[in-house]
Amino acid sequence: MRHGKWPLIVTFLVPPVLLYVVFVVSPYLQAFQISTTDWLGYSPDANSVGLANFKTLWHDDYVWNALKNNAILLALVPVLTIVLGLFFATMLAMGGRKGRAGVTGVRGGALYRTVYFFPQVLSVVIIALLWKEVYHPNKGLLTAALHGIGLSAPTWLGDPATAFWCVLAVMVWSNVGFYVVLFGAAMSAVPKEIYEAVLLDGASRFTTLRRVTLPLLWDTVQVAWVYLAIFALDGFILVQLMTNGGPNFSTDVIGVRMYDTAFGSETKFGYASAIGVVMFFLTLSVAALSLRAGRRDRIEYS
Amino acid sequence: MNRRDILQRSAAAGLLATPAAALLAGCASGGGDKDDNAAYKGTKSEQNPLGVKEDAPLEVVIFGGGFGEEYAKAHEAMYTEKYPKAKVKHSATQEISKTLQPRFVDGTPPDVVNNSGAGQIDFNGLVSQNAIADLGELLAAPSLDVPGKTVKDTLLPGAVEVGSYDGKFLVLNYTYTAYGIWYSNKLLTERKWEYAKTWDEHIALCKQIKAAGIAPWTYAGLHPRYMSWPVIATAIKLGGPSVATAIDNLEPNAWKSDSMKTAADAWHQIVKDKFILEGSPGLDHKQSQTAWCQGKAAFISCGSWLESEQKDVTPAGFNMTIAPTPSLGSGDKLPFEAIRGTAGEPFMVPAKARNVAGGLEYFRTMLSKKGAQDFTRKVASLTVVAGATEGVELPYGLTSVVKALDASGANGFNWVYNNYYRKLERNLVDAACGEFFSGRIGPAEFLEQCQKGADSIAQDSSIKKYKRAA
Repeated sequence: MRHGKWPLIVTFLVPPVLLYVVFVVSPYLQAFQISTTDWLGYSPDANSVGLANFKTLWHDDYVWNALKNNAILLALVPVLTIVLGLFFATMLAMGGRKGRAGVTGVRGGALYRTVYFFPQVLSVVIIALLWKEVYHPNKGLLTAALHGIGLSAPTWLGDPATAFWCVLAVMVWSNVGFYVVLFGAAMSAVPKEIYEAVLLDGASRFTTLRRVTLPLLWDTVQVAWVYLAIFALDGFILVQLMTNGGPNFSTDVIGVRMYDTAFGSETKFGYASAIGVVMFFLTLSVAALSLRAGRRDRIEYS
Repeated sequence: MNRRDILQRSAAAGLLATPAAALLAGCASGGGDKDDNAAYKGTKSEQNPLGVKEDAPLEVVIFGGGFGEEYAKAHEAMYTEKYPKAKVKHSATQEISKTLQPRFVDGTPPDVVNNSGAGQIDFNGLVSQNAIADLGELLAAPSLDVPGKTVKDTLLPGAVEVGSYDGKFLVLNYTYTAYGIWYSNKLLTERKWEYAKTWDEHIALCKQIKAAGIAPWTYAGLHPRYMSWPVIATAIKLGGPSVATAIDNLEPNAWKSDSMKTAADAWHQIVKDKFILEGSPGLDHKQSQTAWCQGKAAFISCGSWLESEQKDVTPAGFNMTIAPTPSLGSGDKLPFEAIRGTAGEPFMVPAKARNVAGGLEYFRTMLSKKGAQDFTRKVASLTVVAGATEGVELPYGLTSVVKALDASGANGFNWVYNNYYRKLERNLVDAACGEFFSGRIGPAEFLEQCQKGADSIAQDSSIKKYKRAA
């Protein structure tokens, strides 16, 4: 077989690497280059301005405001999504009454799993439009429900005090289902014998979750963490469609800022690229940090 | 090596060579004159005053929005009628900016662009990069079907000014839009209410409407800039058109002029007295317009595209009518009838288009009486061509627009800061209006916030500034 190694490697490795370099790496490099120019995007003319764009960024209140919102998302979205995902997955895997096998899920688990997963099937655009109607301040589902029990409702997306939390709720809602399924799959890989042993020792359900399930699921949770952190730093589509950063910039995120700078209210491609570069490094650091912080000894079933 | 191999290899080589060639070509065209990139030029004559090359292809890109694209196909057909040898390439998109941006950079933009919609390219960026062809020649050319007049002579007042930057006419705004306050004539007639001509009467009327269980006002809370229009209009009617030029020219404290202060104070009344439909701050433009069409609110601020935008949800006999903003008092510099009228729906010929002459000729076709009438018939909107509505039956709302514009006459006014500095209206004034009309800030803070936005634009050296005379 040795003689056939090189052609195989070359055929299967070189084209993908080439494609990757051309379509993924080179645009990144180009973005770095563009971020040091004053390019306005509709002519080939651009002057190099060094790091001036980054200097402007440092003093741009709107960018800081967007970053602040991203930071709140980063602190809350992964935690809420993972906690809810774990809770639902645990209920589905072992929330039922003790049967003969010791550990069973709640009745109708398959149905719940489908329902939880449902948002994942929808395109993000549909989710945004759907929730925009739910949040309709006069005839939306939410308002009508509150009015129905005699409470007054805020204007949801129209009020800076509530708009951000409304969007955050949709972000969690649209993500939980996927992690329920992911954690559920990981849980079903845990050998039943472990649970039976723990049950015999008389451990409560909460202890089981904390001491057995979670450590065994750690790798999966960590992956979820990184994914959700990256999602929280983006959040672009939902925000753009539901509020476009308003009212009064209360829901603005860095992705919307970048889009608005390049295609929205201005056409400053150089400046937008600088925002993109900042986003790139932020996302990279967040991913690296959360992988590092989450590092634990790997537990192997044997 | 057999024949098959040769073919395959040469095809592969071709694949590799093509991008390289394109790159080289790109470099070359960046430097300028290359033969196959040269513009199409024909000989000028009386029949062909713009010098169109008869067989030169023409590419038209249309914004696929509220007007659709059928009207453009009709104009293209009129163009090919005159130049049967020319091939017209037509396309429509909702994302003008994203679709055309690479082509502008590449130096191969289409010949005619309808730069409109939410994905519109910021004109400040285009103009400051000299990316748009000068349309001066078009204005001087004779009209296609109005004998004895140049194209310029056939246009409504204000049509040229709004597309001019530093005195050069670059953008053809094809439709003529009036901005005002809309109400249902049916509602007002049934209840025996009369549209108020002064602000005090307006407030009194709002009280009556509210007492009848209807909200006097609603607005697009997610795009609150719609409400900046009546506020600025009220200030201009009080203080004269110089209020607008000061704002357009980014003069210091233009937003805090006495007229603006008085107008903002007046409009604050409808917030204070809770004359706005509950929940309006959370509605987008379609949702608020629909609530208005359902009779939940009496007044809404919008442009004359409202009727066609609401076509599907307007009940029969609703009879929507446009009206100017109420006068503040007898001290107003402009009469009650004065209304904001402006050309809209921008078209342009990119400076690097190959068939610039064809693009200009296409505009001449659009601006012919036949072309304009066809447009009005198809999309129920006015054009900048004077008198082109003659013999065309208009829907109820548009008829009221024509009447309002006639009554306004030479007193009509307009502002253009939103064209010069898109960010100022779309982001900054927008946010301030949202706070103001939801009652979170008062009139003084509102103007302060607008002024802060204008100052930030004035100080931003990366944005090109424009000035206009009164």
